[in-house]
Amino acid sequence: MSTSPINKVKVAILGSGNIGSDLMFKILREPGHMELVLLSGIEPQSEGLARARALGINASHEGIKPILDDPEIRIIFDATSAHAHVRHAKLLREAGRIAIDLTPAARGPYVIPPVNLGAHIDEQNVNLITCGGQATIPLVYAVSRVVAVPYAEMVSTIASLSAGPGTRQNIDEFTFTTARGLEVIGGAKQGKAIIILNPADPPILMRNTIYVLLESEDVDRKAIVDSIEEMVTAVQAYVSGYRLKNEPVFEVRDTPDGRRTLVAMLLEVTGAGDFLPSYAGNLDIMTASARQVGEVFARNILGLGK
Amino acid sequence: MKAPRLTDTTLRDGSHAMKHQFTREQVRNVAQALDKAGVPVLEVTHGDGLAGSSIQYGFSRTNELDLIEEARNAVTKAKIAALLLPGIGTRKELKDAIGRGIQVVRIATQCTEADISQQHFGMAKEMGLEAVGFLMMSHMRPPEFLAAQALLMESYGADCVYVVDSAGALLPDGAAARVRSLKEALKIQVGFHGHNNLGLGVGNTLAAVKAGADQVDGTLRGLGAGAGNTATELLAATLDRLGFEHDWDVFGLLDAAEFVVAPFMPFQPIPDRDSIAIGYAGVYSTFLLHAKRLGQQYNVDPLDILVELGRRKTVAGQEDWILDVTLELAKRKDKG
Repeated sequence: MSTSPINKVKVAILGSGNIGSDLMFKILREPGHMELVLLSGIEPQSEGLARARALGINASHEGIKPILDDPEIRIIFDATSAHAHVRHAKLLREAGRIAIDLTPAARGPYVIPPVNLGAHIDEQNVNLITCGGQATIPLVYAVSRVVAVPYAEMVSTIASLSAGPGTRQNIDEFTFTTARGLEVIGGAKQGKAIIILNPADPPILMRNTIYVLLESEDVDRKAIVDSIEEMVTAVQAYVSGYRLKNEPVFEVRDTPDGRRTLVAMLLEVTGAGDFLPSYAGNLDIMTASARQVGEVFARNILGLGK
Repeated sequence: MKAPRLTDTTLRDGSHAMKHQFTREQVRNVAQALDKAGVPVLEVTHGDGLAGSSIQYGFSRTNELDLIEEARNAVTKAKIAALLLPGIGTRKELKDAIGRGIQVVRIATQCTEADISQQHFGMAKEMGLEAVGFLMMSHMRPPEFLAAQALLMESYGADCVYVVDSAGALLPDGAAARVRSLKEALKIQVGFHGHNNLGLGVGNTLAAVKAGADQVDGTLRGLGAGAGNTATELLAATLDRLGFEHDWDVFGLLDAAEFVVAPFMPFQPIPDRDSIAIGYAGVYSTFLLHAKRLGQQYNVDPLDILVELGRRKTVAGQEDWILDVTLELAKRKDKG
């Protein structure tokens, strides 16, 4: 058994596909207080497992078994599928391990690192919502912490090539989950989510438009813009390619509920290109957020503060 | 020879030109007139399909489910259809619409993304609906490619798949080639939905019928996105003159267009400067009114906005990029 440096927490990745591989590269590039000791899949011939071995990371095709067999692994990133995670969540909970869930299974609370991670630091299972949720919920929250938000809407446009079969076969779940996240974490009374796949070649960067309606026509625009900018900086700390294409746009619009102030934010997410191509900002923001959540949990385990 | 089945979508595609402000009374009157004139299927939904009411596309004045119910109660023979775009609407809204009386659902995806529609076809067939696939922006891919996407929809349970010329960008040969390619590949029916941006709404639809289309779409007076749709009454008259056997009443449709729809239309869609630019640049027809509004607001020529959106290969539903492009062009202008 290898000895872990005293200031590191051992972590493992479940799932040797694109997401698991990109996350592996991210943790290796910036380990923080984590030590990646295992990448585990279920397909012996998986390219992901071969890649891990080539990088000197222990790899297994026995799924969750080697993780359960090694009690020193405290944090497990699950990048498999919602179906598989339901089983994994139960086994990991029984074994007293922490699960950071990148699937849509949602066995634990939704987390957005700069918004509500502190409130869930003692949970055993947390869920990363959706890529669109990780991108847009922080900005809705940035507005709702300044002024009440009766309605928030997000439109995520991603490159067709970056949408895998899981997303494609469960597109309604993206819509439901993201809309719910805009409400529960973003602080909007009502949330709506739209996702569009764009097949252009070369592929487009991940783009999100966030619309927020405010009850009053008379709002403190500067306070809202400052809060948004502060949040963009907070997300950039762990997703380097996160940026607003323009200053937030303010307009007054007629809506079914009367005249409202509309704030429109045009957001672009460029991937870091760790393993996945840089246009796949939607996948990058999931793995970057997962790494950030892992780091915060690891620091907490080591007693380095929340 | 038997005429293709006519679906009138005045109460769905027309919603774009109406900025989604249809009233119950308008819907009731249009539905009654179309039913009386023998049109077998009427589509009633927000222009962007179920749950389309949004900041992105425009809020509905009247809840679309109430409009669906109104239409269902107004007809005696016609079936009521709803449009659903996966990514915007979900199975939840589909279920609600079934509860309010739809018998047909038309499930629309960008023509490269048919595989996001499987769960919606599954539910439609499970609940006993007729399910029609809609391959939007069909001009963006060649005939063989479209046929492969249509085959996916067929495998999910579609009863018919449409070649949809959302941008009004196809020319008659291109429309016919796409319909023919689907006819050769599929066991199910094939349809065609045309827009008039290049003045070819009727011409393309007739070419599609000649190539074997079993179902075609129109709207009264062409009320719809861009330069409008193929006009239902024109299609009814021309197919009649071509000698097709049909059950519709040509003069009844002329009356419906002239006396029911024309009086409430905010404008007559025609292939004018900006609409022709949409067909020419191959962008989604519904971008027209958004580009005009933003162009005016930011002092940018809508034609420049539309052409740039075409260059960026935007697809159905990407209305938010109109703001993005407008802001960029406005900035460039300031600097220039």
